[in-house]
Amino acid sequence: MSKFEFPKSIASRPVWGTLEVRPGEHHLMIAEAEGAEAVLDIATPDLMAKTHLIYIPKGADFTTKLQALNPAQFYEGPSYEAALHRIRRVLEDAHMGLQVYLTGTEGMMGQAMNEVMAVGLPHTAIQTEHRGSVARRMQCVHCKGITEDVEVDPFVCVHCGLNLFVRDHYSRRLAAYQGVRVDAEDHGNVPKPKGIYE
Amino acid sequence: MTIQFNDESFRDDYTFHNSDWAIKRFPFPFHEDSYMYSVNMEQHRGGPEGSVYEMRFDVDEHYVSEMKDRAIVLDQDPLRCQSLPHMTLAGWDLLELIMVSKSEDYPDLFELHRNGNQWRWINKPLGIDHSFTFMDETTLPYGPMEYITRQAQGDFAVLDQRDEMLWMDAGMVTTQADWSLDFDIGMNFFEWHAPVPKAHEMGIFQRALKFLLNIQQGAPARRLNWTMTVNPLLDTSPENYHKWGIQKTTLTPENIAHKQHLRVELQTFFRLPRSNALVFPIRCYLCSFQDLMTVPKWGRRLHRVVRDLPVELATYKGFIDNRPMMLDYLSQFDDGLPTSPGIWPDLETEPPLTK
Repeated sequence: MSKFEFPKSIASRPVWGTLEVRPGEHHLMIAEAEGAEAVLDIATPDLMAKTHLIYIPKGADFTTKLQALNPAQFYEGPSYEAALHRIRRVLEDAHMGLQVYLTGTEGMMGQAMNEVMAVGLPHTAIQTEHRGSVARRMQCVHCKGITEDVEVDPFVCVHCGLNLFVRDHYSRRLAAYQGVRVDAEDHGNVPKPKGIYE
Repeated sequence: MTIQFNDESFRDDYTFHNSDWAIKRFPFPFHEDSYMYSVNMEQHRGGPEGSVYEMRFDVDEHYVSEMKDRAIVLDQDPLRCQSLPHMTLAGWDLLELIMVSKSEDYPDLFELHRNGNQWRWINKPLGIDHSFTFMDETTLPYGPMEYITRQAQGDFAVLDQRDEMLWMDAGMVTTQADWSLDFDIGMNFFEWHAPVPKAHEMGIFQRALKFLLNIQQGAPARRLNWTMTVNPLLDTSPENYHKWGIQKTTLTPENIAHKQHLRVELQTFFRLPRSNALVFPIRCYLCSFQDLMTVPKWGRRLHRVVRDLPVELATYKGFIDNRPMMLDYLSQFDDGLPTSPGIWPDLETEPPLTK
């Protein structure tokens, strides 16, 4: 129900998977909003007893259900930015073999993936599953500013104010899609915004 | 031959111009009267005397002004030159390749004196005489890649090779056909080409990658690519697209002859010896329509290519809106006569325009 089927796209666009339980002594789960449902789908008492679960509700309400899974450690953060400090601290202690589960928006998964890779864990230790909002994290190619949670195309860059169209071209390093001025060849002619997948 | 360097601009008042010499040696990219993507690779082992293929790194009359333009771009946006931390060795490889090639190919313009790791580099056109220690970054004013590519025409993508894949991990990109190094750095070969239409489905990139992974030291390769640019603007970057995009709408039947430029990239590929990286210089040549039309064969052919190009490609190359106006102009130079095969002007053998 909260799963969205992304249309087929270009080669730089990330493809998200479906979480599954992997064997291992240590598990780190980062779930955002409806991502909680993906955790609930795979949770077993044995798995959760070895899991550090970080949840960022972002307006959703799964806290009680997640706590009921009895994870080894549970933390609820008010935003990804707030949780990031804890995530980095946890990853500092990560051992080879740690299994990472990321679920929620593309923006969160992309950023968290970079954190995991930065400490040297292999990409094969990371699983992802998109759940919830299909909003995108966008970088303005002109001013380089990031606009989070963009739901419509075109949109206004929160940094420089240009009207940008939403490309499918994606940078893993930036964990962002590219936004380009929509009226560059006809200033002021900005199409009416509509949902990205409409 | 001594090159007379032009004093010219690639922005604002656009005083860029090609001499007759530069027009005759322009790398016209169409070997037949139509165009479709292909892996059009060939060995980069010289070419006809005076052609852009002759030397490993072609130096022409635009050299000094192009380097000034690059410095302006880098002042405004240092992110156009980036190198991920593991690419420094490849930067030294590149510095060596360019210094050795230029000093051997243009001994009247460039000198390299080596005594062990103590090197002295003399670049006469840019007035540089610099002694430094090879492989010691502290003896250069910039990183090695930035240092040498501030003195070499064309963009440079430095590609790391690992896991049977090429990775865009460093580059100097100030004269690009609308792609962003800052956005694409760190991407693999398929990812940074992702926005190109059709070519993926045609298997172009799979074959090109196979070819490139196997390029050996001392056996560089080359190909031509092309697009269209209104005004002789080198910096057609996405970063500045919000500023230059509007220039496309300034084209009129009266100014198209001198304002519309065919933009050709001479792309070469060299294996680097220490890092095993691949350097991919992308050298941009610009020529106005009116200058191209002085070669009858190119006039006939350009009209046919632009006319018959699939809509998708004309859109991707950014001139779909201006195509009708371009065809009105170009059709005056197409008398329907056949053209000789190959890219060369063939001025002696091709008939003059009979129209």
